[in-house]
Amino acid sequence: MSSSDVLAPAFVAPTRYRGAFGRLYRSEVRLILGRRRNLAMLVVLSIVPLLIGIAVKVSTPRGGDGPQFLGQITGNGLFLVFTALTVGMPLFLPLVVGVVAGDSVAGEAGLGTLRYLLTVPVTRSRVLTVKTLGVLTFTATAVLVVGLMGILAGGILFGLHDVTLLSGDTVSLGNGLLRTLGVIAYVVVALFGLAAGGVFVSTLTENAIAAMATTVGIAVLSLLLDAVPQLSGLHPYLLTHNWLGFGELLRGQVDTGALLSWSGLHLAYAAIFLSLAWARLSTKDVTG
Amino acid sequence: MTTVLERPHTPEPAPAAALVDLAIATQGLTKRFRTGQVAVDGIDLDVPRGAVYGFLGPNGSGKTTTIRMLLGLLSADDGEVELLGQPMPGALARVLPRVGALIEGPAFHPYLTGSANLRRLDASDATADPATGGARIAEALARVGLTAAQGKKFRHYSLGMKQRLGLAAALLQPRDLLVLDEPTNGLDPQGTREVRNLIRELASDGTTVLVSSHLLAEIEQVATHVGIMSAGKLLRQGTLAEVLSDGAAVVRIATPDVAEAAALLQGMGLQGVQPDPAREELRARLGDVAAEEVARAVITAGVRLRGLAVERPDLEDLFVALTGEGFDVLQ
Repeated sequence: MSSSDVLAPAFVAPTRYRGAFGRLYRSEVRLILGRRRNLAMLVVLSIVPLLIGIAVKVSTPRGGDGPQFLGQITGNGLFLVFTALTVGMPLFLPLVVGVVAGDSVAGEAGLGTLRYLLTVPVTRSRVLTVKTLGVLTFTATAVLVVGLMGILAGGILFGLHDVTLLSGDTVSLGNGLLRTLGVIAYVVVALFGLAAGGVFVSTLTENAIAAMATTVGIAVLSLLLDAVPQLSGLHPYLLTHNWLGFGELLRGQVDTGALLSWSGLHLAYAAIFLSLAWARLSTKDVTG
Repeated sequence: MTTVLERPHTPEPAPAAALVDLAIATQGLTKRFRTGQVAVDGIDLDVPRGAVYGFLGPNGSGKTTTIRMLLGLLSADDGEVELLGQPMPGALARVLPRVGALIEGPAFHPYLTGSANLRRLDASDATADPATGGARIAEALARVGLTAAQGKKFRHYSLGMKQRLGLAAALLQPRDLLVLDEPTNGLDPQGTREVRNLIRELASDGTTVLVSSHLLAEIEQVATHVGIMSAGKLLRQGTLAEVLSDGAAVVRIATPDVAEAAALLQGMGLQGVQPDPAREELRARLGDVAAEEVARAVITAGVRLRGLAVERPDLEDLFVALTGEGFDVLQ
């Protein structure tokens, strides 16, 4: 013991309260869902299935063109969910996820609130964990909004019936709803890779707008590469390649192996991005 | 010099200093930026427990960089930091709950109200009792006079209100140490007085306060200790009395007989005699000579005396003497 220890009143570390992380998480979710910008994005997302539904309802049926599942909507409102997700996946959902993920750390750094969060103190790994969980919660909320609005609008406009699967088998509505839940879960996992990328980008800058644009840029770049046939060897490993793989859940014999390996890829992306984010944030000099 | 008697301990360096109970202690603390510029150059900060430590320096002298290193926001390139006797940043999670901080101005979420911002900070503090959160927030707001404005969105706050909210955040929990970087920035004279009183009040409860400022008159009124930084170096540190005693006292004599008086003072061994016949006065450094000796000698010699005053340099004179006069940012 050094002499200063003898003279100093013994340092008593303050008591930590149980459930502290839960409080922080709830505060983070409140912060994200309380922002008008984020609510507006959810409203826009909820309009997507409604618009598709109305468009299909008022137009005369036409075969052939249009996004996946469009033809089946008139037969069963449940397919509105899948159509809306197919339409939302390349643009709307990555945009919404990109905005919230890009804002996560960079937004706080830009405002200067990151330095106050860190001196509360919230440890850096805890900041990263709560920010990631917040983004993931918002992502799930966004996909759920599309799903629920799809079921609602589809049910009202076309009715919900037993589901004729892509393979031709028919399953009960309950089974169909269960598969819908699976589709929603798959989409959330698929978007988690991008969300984690956004959190990583967000640790690199104090400029939230730049982080948002970069995150959306990651998705766009992956979609572009996926569209170049010469790069077909690369395609299976692209972030966005299996984003629409949820169609697999609508077959009589679900290829769980494929679904698991695709989900594994998304989670691998998430793990890599989050490791990078942790390496960056834990050593970052916070000057903002 | 009588000030010597007021010193609580002899200002002997290293071994003696280790015996004093320090709230903040750094050794050779250094920060280099990627440009190679040395922002903080091996400083040994000693802030005794219970002190109000005025941390002074011109803009860009390294005060804020030092404060950020103390709180674990920046990593030090060299040197060590102890806060409340615990090593930083190793003991960060245990120490910082006892430390309230205002760092380079307040920062809050603009679209949340004042009280919602404090709730956000309280919710992120694992050592804050959720059951008393509402009461503590109300008390902190009342303490800085923001109760009436707590429901307003932060972005509608004036600069002074933002500063007050920053102070309220630092006071959400009982603290052993407060680190306040420019706490009176943007406050009107009334608000400045309130902050001064707040600091005094907190210090009298035993809280150690490190307050950085370039408003020297402010510091001189509340500080027990000061440290003066310039260009990344800690030029001087000690109790206020110690640091002020560095500057030599000057005697100013008003008399029509300037030439006789000047000769007399020189004869008494005073240095730096400056006669100013136009204004009918002269100045000289007192050195070891007592002012009353000068007065008696002047009168005895028949010099017509209109006035005699002793001027001690204030913190501002000393500060300028140490850090230079100009407007130029040194780094």
